Amino acid sequence: MTQVDVKVDGVAYRDDVEPRMLLVHYLRERLGKVGTVVGCDTGNCGACTVAVDGRSVKSCSLLAVQADGREVTTIEGLSDGDGALHPVQQAFHDEHALQCGFCTPGMIMSACDLLRENPNPTEADVRQGIEGNLCRCTGYQNIVRAVQSAAKAMVRS
Amino acid sequence: MTATAERPAEIGQARKRKEDARLVTGRTMWTDNLTLPGMLHMAILRSPVAHARITSIDVSGARQRPGVIAAFSGQDFKDVQGSIPCAWPVTEDTVVPNHPSIAVDQVNHVGEAVAAVVARSKAEAQDALEAIDVDYEPLAPILDMEAALADDAPRVHPELSSNKSYTWAFESGAAGSGRPIEDVLREAEVTVTRRFRQQRIIPAFMEPRSTVVLPEGDGVTVWSSTQIPHVLRTLMSLSLGIPEQKIRVIAPDVGGGFGGKLQVTPEEFLTTLVARRVGKPVKYTESRSESMMSCHHGRDQIQDITITATQDGRFTGLDVHILSDMGAYARLITPGIPILGAFMFNGIYKFDAYRFVCDGVFTTKTPTDAVRGAGRPEATFAIERIVDELAAELGMDPMQLRRKNWISHDEFPFTTVTGITYDSGNYEAATDRALELIQWDELKKEQAERRARHDTVQLGLGISTFSELCGWAPSRLLGALRYAGGGWEQATVRVLPTGKVEVVTGTSPHGQGNETTWSQIVADRVGVPFEDVEVLHGDTQTSPRGWDTYGSRSAAVGAVAVSNAALRVVEKAKRVAAHLLEASEDDIEFADGKFSVRGSPGAEKTIQELAFEAFAAHDMPEGVEPNLDAEATYDPVALSFPHGTHLCAVDVDTETGRTTIRKYVCVDDVGTVINPLIVDGQVHGGVAHGIAQALYEEAVFDDDGNLTTGTLVDYLVPSALDLPSFTTDRTVSPATTNPLGVKGVGETGAIAATPAVVNAVVDALRPFGVTDVRMPCTPERVWRAVQGGSE
Repeated sequence: MTQVDVKVDGVAYRDDVEPRMLLVHYLRERLGKVGTVVGCDTGNCGACTVAVDGRSVKSCSLLAVQADGREVTTIEGLSDGDGALHPVQQAFHDEHALQCGFCTPGMIMSACDLLRENPNPTEADVRQGIEGNLCRCTGYQNIVRAVQSAAKAMVRS
Repeated sequence: MTATAERPAEIGQARKRKEDARLVTGRTMWTDNLTLPGMLHMAILRSPVAHARITSIDVSGARQRPGVIAAFSGQDFKDVQGSIPCAWPVTEDTVVPNHPSIAVDQVNHVGEAVAAVVARSKAEAQDALEAIDVDYEPLAPILDMEAALADDAPRVHPELSSNKSYTWAFESGAAGSGRPIEDVLREAEVTVTRRFRQQRIIPAFMEPRSTVVLPEGDGVTVWSSTQIPHVLRTLMSLSLGIPEQKIRVIAPDVGGGFGGKLQVTPEEFLTTLVARRVGKPVKYTESRSESMMSCHHGRDQIQDITITATQDGRFTGLDVHILSDMGAYARLITPGIPILGAFMFNGIYKFDAYRFVCDGVFTTKTPTDAVRGAGRPEATFAIERIVDELAAELGMDPMQLRRKNWISHDEFPFTTVTGITYDSGNYEAATDRALELIQWDELKKEQAERRARHDTVQLGLGISTFSELCGWAPSRLLGALRYAGGGWEQATVRVLPTGKVEVVTGTSPHGQGNETTWSQIVADRVGVPFEDVEVLHGDTQTSPRGWDTYGSRSAAVGAVAVSNAALRVVEKAKRVAAHLLEASEDDIEFADGKFSVRGSPGAEKTIQELAFEAFAAHDMPEGVEPNLDAEATYDPVALSFPHGTHLCAVDVDTETGRTTIRKYVCVDDVGTVINPLIVDGQVHGGVAHGIAQALYEEAVFDDDGNLTTGTLVDYLVPSALDLPSFTTDRTVSPATTNPLGVKGVGETGAIAATPAVVNAVVDALRPFGVTDVRMPCTPERVWRAVQGGSE
């Protein structure tokens, strides 16, 4: 067992974890952060995407011990907690960018990182930026639209 | 429908979804998110070989591993596990082999369960699998359908006399729906014959399947990532012998299905058997690789198809022979999948004669069953592809050939050569709009120029003018097709004492947005705010009756039941209002949630007031029971026939074989649209699925029967970069066979898109003598086609 100190969605945690434990399993099984989900076992689907120190990471591709000393944001900690949605969450709702919603947490976390790097992305930029997140329901069209609409909202705010 | 100045009609509005709030914030109840007190975890050891006898199996090593509670092989359940049910033996003599949920003495495909371990944690259960010893005595893998049908072929199931499950046939002369096919084939002026292959695909829903079973006394509560909680409950009772009243099935949030979760699975049965054996709640969640090899696959047909026509291009006959790869077993509706296409090969066209013959064949591969469209994409692909081939043979424009042969808008209702009646449609209108949107004539000009200058990147233009049949019902028809289940749907609408409304639906959505759509319908019918309606579904305890969600039936069947129940609530409220307002029922007018007396201004009661009056029941009219609740069961009189025209323009690089979709335009006619936002979303997703089959996805098995595309690395579910932006539009020909006028929409895109794309690819390559490219049209296949002409 190895001790980790990690801040997740604003809360500091200190836990002993098996060195082999993946970050996503730590989030889901130890912290109950089940908003972050597992969709594959090869790092392809992106459903488990979270932010580590502000950068998007597939949490199945990081060990929990690698998150030691870092700050993790999941879909559950994305909005301020005052009831209002984060602009990207709001845009996904407004543009009907989700159907079953399973890919949505990871998709939103990737979109946030994309917009951090490129606040005004073209359609091609968005498609490139979310390439690592698979969605089976939407054909991506409304996701692309939502990310661009969130970009506009975030520039305004 | 009560559109008023104060409140516009909800039906037709692009309401944002109620479902989204929990989904965008990660407050979701996926089955795998569930943790019960004392819950254990199960892992499954799966066969690494396609076909073998199990000569010995020893799970004792696993029992010694840390955290392991129990380990089981098929021997432990052989007398109690029943058989995974098949609800659709399509003929009297359809062969349905025994299908254990955990193999006892033989495995018939890679990925079949052979042992299970239950442990404190998932990791401990998985670790312990490696301590299980299994000896396999290999049998010959059976992978090729034609070889499997040879008299001396080794058999998948040695106890059976062959690898054929059934032969299902239809012939228009015998059926009385057209002329005898042999006569028409003999008289044909022009005959075109092709062999098309529908590759095997994998549903690849994003949420891996998961089941949690809580044993309680004689019964169980089962949470499962399923499309069909009601069907699962009944079949679990019939197959495992658990009394039905002791089974509660809950489908919580379900992360996509696409037909893949329209199944009663070995994993659900095995988790149940194990949980009952250990007497504790048990969770099983599959990994993606397990899902790829053990969740049923779809399509996988060899299609031999002949079309005949007159010299001037009038279609006369269509002769279709199908080999359908069922895989190792007949699952829930495996045999029936190609039969869903039997009434669709004729598409939107008029024929004098038609024959359809299908052989269902067992192989040592993962079983096949429903995947989005289920039988109808296969049929639509074949007809839309061969119409293009006939056009090439006749030297006619493929769109002109279609126009010459399709059912014109003034011919509806039209009974086709299959004997099925299409109620409504307007193929001309949808096509004209699509041609305009894509700027077809300009593209044609550009294509001619690029062909003339031998551009290395050729432009291909593909057409798919399709119709489909969906809204899986009516029960009488399903019975005639030997389908074991019914097709009705049930709904309850309850106006609560405070005037808020609960709707119970027997459909079980997993992304379709029924909570939103049903709220719109009820808000209109009952005259309450959209926000005041709550939709309950997916739990056999709260929603005891229904046939669930598949076959684009939620709106075409389930929504009509909801609407009918809401209308009954209004009727009942009207009686209460008349009584309280001391007026005749005939004088009560209802609009926008208010019941008023004609000619008596101010004499009115709102639905909310009446709800409380009916709840208190101090003064109810004679014979009216307290409460404002009503139930309705709706069994449609017919299937639903959405249609549309999809056009696709592709750039095909003849030097690299790469295909890029430049424009994709679809004009669909799904009848009345309840929520355009949701309908467009369904079309987008369906088209993406159809494009994926045309260009990217294929389940490939090697010569030993191993699935070589068993992860999302090898099985190419398209990403955002692989798909174009779609242009969508609609025409509206309301269904005449249901009171809402709705038709199904969940599968249209997947049915229509595949032939549009492949027709475009072949069109681009026709100057090279290419007449077909096998799906998926990968760069390699396209490049080889360019090099060698037709494959």
